[in-house]
Amino acid sequence: MQAVGKMTWIELKLKMREPIGVFFTLVFPLLLLFLFGTIYGNEPTPFLGGHGSVDNSVPGYIAMIIGTIALTGLPVVLGEYREQGILRRLQVTPLSSTAVLGAQISTYIVLALFGTALVVLSGMMVYGLAVPSAPIAVLLAIILCCISFFSVGFLLAGVMPTANAAQAVGMALFFPMLFLSGAAMPQEVLPDALVNFSQLLPLTHVVNLLKGLWFGEGWDVTAVVVLILMFIIATILSAKTFRWE
Amino acid sequence: MNVIEVQHLRKQYGAVTAVADISFTVKKGEIFGIVGPNGAGKTTTVETLIGLRKPDGGTVQVLGFNPQTDASELRQRIGIQLQQAAIPNRMKVWEALDMYATFYDHTVPWEPLLEQWGLAEKRNATFSKLSGGQKQRLFIALALLNDPEVVFLDELTTGLDPQARHATWDAVRAIRDQGKTVILVTHFMDEAQELADRVAIIDKGQVVALDTPQGLIDGLGGNNRVRFTSQNGFNPEDLRPLSGVTQIEQQGKQVIVHGNGALLVNVVLALSQQNFIPTDLHSERANLEDVFLSLTGRTVRV
Ligand SMILES: Nc1ncnc2c1ncn2[C@@H]1O[C@H](COP(=O)(O)OP(=O)(O)O)[C@@H](O)[C@H]1O
Ligand SMILES: [Mg+2]
Repeated sequence: MQAVGKMTWIELKLKMREPIGVFFTLVFPLLLLFLFGTIYGNEPTPFLGGHGSVDNSVPGYIAMIIGTIALTGLPVVLGEYREQGILRRLQVTPLSSTAVLGAQISTYIVLALFGTALVVLSGMMVYGLAVPSAPIAVLLAIILCCISFFSVGFLLAGVMPTANAAQAVGMALFFPMLFLSGAAMPQEVLPDALVNFSQLLPLTHVVNLLKGLWFGEGWDVTAVVVLILMFIIATILSAKTFRWE
Repeated sequence: MNVIEVQHLRKQYGAVTAVADISFTVKKGEIFGIVGPNGAGKTTTVETLIGLRKPDGGTVQVLGFNPQTDASELRQRIGIQLQQAAIPNRMKVWEALDMYATFYDHTVPWEPLLEQWGLAEKRNATFSKLSGGQKQRLFIALALLNDPEVVFLDELTTGLDPQARHATWDAVRAIRDQGKTVILVTHFMDEAQELADRVAIIDKGQVVALDTPQGLIDGLGGNNRVRFTSQNGFNPEDLRPLSGVTQIEQQGKQVIVHGNGALLVNVVLALSQQNFIPTDLHSERANLEDVFLSLTGRTVRV
């Protein structure tokens, strides 16, 4: 346990030394918040179902943070760790494989929560972002979304031959979802056909789940089922495909 | 007491037989060299000893443990420097030691290790900023963090400049002098000859010889050579009857007299009786390269 904690802490420090990663997980969501917050403010509007623009956007930004980490960060880092022999070096210590991978997962969960905290606190202080009616439920939902999406990241790291391939495929999966799911921009501006199609995208369910809880509408059961199923399937597959070298 | 016992080890990767049939034992406190050309199966052998690979045949015991079933307990007590390994590029030297220390039940303080391995002023440097020699010393420090009884070093000096290589050799002796058993894997014959108490020469997945370096060289018979440039009118065959000469070889104008005993003195006396004093005459001692050549008919560097 002490080993997992230490590894998580040091891995977090490494993430903070990675300018591109810091930008996409911590800075970019803030830029969007301030850009659209400045343009649209946070006055309730019928166009957004009676919510303010900032209130409507922040759950999406959280989904964006989770998706970026899971699809463009984690698989690339694990691919590099494998290619460079970093995983091999860890593997010949007494530490179990579960502990090594557990430390990776906890690192990325803490990172996602940190990015979330930055955007939520900034939103509250600058634009009067609505406090979620069930903050604990929101926190649990974020962790569920993380675990579900990170399991897909592990799967990508396992099936892609190289870190570069994992990066290319991760981006190809992430960017369409980012714009169609409501994470980066409200689905209200999309044509109905695309909104319907977006129900097939896992990130849409993250946005739906977080928005529902934020606005006090309770747990989106479809989203929960989709995310849990995705977790189970990806975990089973990555247990078979994950490679240490 | 035997620290390692390997009996009839066999390991295949698909159709490739990496290790065909390897047996040896390692005694407590010795530097045991495993040498052979690239692809001989050295790394695969070591990887089965540390529980990273499952043998396809034979048995392996390290400190009384089966590396397959008792990997975690075994790794508490051994230190490992792998041929291919790294820590993350942005990790600092002290962070690596601090982190790896939490993986073991019993560790030695890492600050003195930094001092001892000449990394003290690099403690805040990130891994990517270290030179090849500094990286290798960091890997040695990581391998010694748990005060291991057995230390595995795989191609420790590959890629190092001669100065760093010699410094590393001293370091390996220092590890043995602390009472630890060292398994030194290398494709450099001179390194094994210099450091190892006993050497297993591996070729094509098999042990082709196992003895002390001197024992292996003595086993060649003629273990000395005298080399000089011939001159007109000199017939090298005149040296044949001299005591200790086993073979006479000519490479162009170069004459190489193989033999043993007081070869050099006998050759010099015979030449001076003919009033022939070659200025480039010198004596060479046979080495493990010669042993490998005589056993396999090939040179190590392929
Ligand atoms: N992971 C692997 N998969 C397939 N073949 C391998 C693998 N590792 C090594 N080999 C092959 O096994 C043989 C022995 O390799 P290795 O044990 O690394 O030799 P050495 O360390 O003596 O250079 C070589 O032919 C090598 O190509
Ligand atoms: Mg090797």
